[in-house]
Amino acid sequence: MSATDSDNVYDALAEADHEGRWAYGAGFDETVVEVTAPAPEGVDREDLAAYCLMLADDALVASQRLSEWATHAPELEEEVALANIALDLLGQARVLLSRAGHLGAAERFRMPGLAAGLSDEDVLAYFRDDRSFRNVTLAEMDLGDFGRTMAWILVYSSWRLALMTTLRGSADPVLAAVAAKAVPELAYQREYAAGWVVRLGDGTTESHERMQAGLDDVWPFVTELFLAHPVESRLVEAGVAVDPASLRASVDADVAQVLPVATLTEPTRPAVGLVGGRGGRDGVHTESLGRVLAVMQSLARAHPDATW
Amino acid sequence: MVSAELWEAAAAVTDPEMPMLTLADLGVLRSVSDDGGRIVATITPTYAGCPALDAMADDLRSTLGAYGEVEVKVTLTPPWTTDLISDEGRRKLAEAGVAPPDHIGPRSTGPVPLTLAAPPKRVACPRCGSADTEELSRFGPTACTALRRCRACAEPFEHMKDI
Repeated sequence: MSATDSDNVYDALAEADHEGRWAYGAGFDETVVEVTAPAPEGVDREDLAAYCLMLADDALVASQRLSEWATHAPELEEEVALANIALDLLGQARVLLSRAGHLGAAERFRMPGLAAGLSDEDVLAYFRDDRSFRNVTLAEMDLGDFGRTMAWILVYSSWRLALMTTLRGSADPVLAAVAAKAVPELAYQREYAAGWVVRLGDGTTESHERMQAGLDDVWPFVTELFLAHPVESRLVEAGVAVDPASLRASVDADVAQVLPVATLTEPTRPAVGLVGGRGGRDGVHTESLGRVLAVMQSLARAHPDATW
Repeated sequence: MVSAELWEAAAAVTDPEMPMLTLADLGVLRSVSDDGGRIVATITPTYAGCPALDAMADDLRSTLGAYGEVEVKVTLTPPWTTDLISDEGRRKLAEAGVAPPDHIGPRSTGPVPLTLAAPPKRVACPRCGSADTEELSRFGPTACTALRRCRACAEPFEHMKDI
């Protein structure tokens, strides 16, 4: 090896046929063939893009939250589990962001100075501010405590599983394809979380108290999961979207199955209020989202032209 | 180029995380076609977020590059399941000390029930064959594996999750 070969340790990592890839992005530029399908006939393109963004942001922000557990989980096995769940959600987010981008959602965030080849999914993930994120506020809440995280995964995966189960029949081929892929993954995640909720809830006095407290913390964000945004309502009519209100029975049934076995009680905390009737789906978020995005985006924004 | 030869070449590319399996064994190679010197290989991800997809595409481009310009496409439909792993692939997994997945059959289109008290899964130890094994972790070092331990020979091993 010559001296010049060892000047840059990253040289060896770059593929010979790449000039260097953007330092932060998802990496692969293979076309997911379904993403380029036209919007189904009679479906408003902007509505469909907005809906893809909602479901993408639910997964992207939750994935980012889960990855905060890296190097902090109580056991190596749980760290691996949480990273795997984060990865599954990131996979869903990537296809949905690409779909939203294909439908035109990324253009207004492609600020001057960004590399021309930057993919839509990267533009949408790294160069949108919190007010442009469309995730439910549950996805952005602070996790911190392991018991709270397990309560959060139980509720989140029960809800998203119910949503994706129905979305497999969507008139949009991308949503249907993402949903079909997501269902077995989410079912696996839900059972993982349910196992921990039971183990901690029906464990020691300390673990029971913290598990109940964690569930209590999650509860105020549950009501929003079942509220339909006008975009969702219009797309339900078109056979594209799932009515959030229709998911309540399934989530309630899952939670009701776990709580008695875990010796936990259903929390009574009131729901987080909407602001003037607007919530996460309108870009009105809790303070937490700004911190999530700061961690996720600040480096890419400070050095947008970095490659490796 | 004869398409059978292209297929053979692409099918022999190995999985970057489980190199004992070829892409064909794993069931992720969907098609290879020659469109007048432009070769299109279509693959499907195992898990939606599987980071190995990128490496698979690079390996396909490198292998098929000998025959012409290569484009790698990714399709999500129909979704991959472990049922697509060939019998040959299952044999190779077991030989390499990874317990192969069970066949799960056609997937229900209805809601998936939550099973708090699932019957303990019977996974035979790939080393000693004992059925007396236990789960150590539901998630393993790659997206598609879980960790188990054999109570008979005390060896830990990976199990490819049925999904």
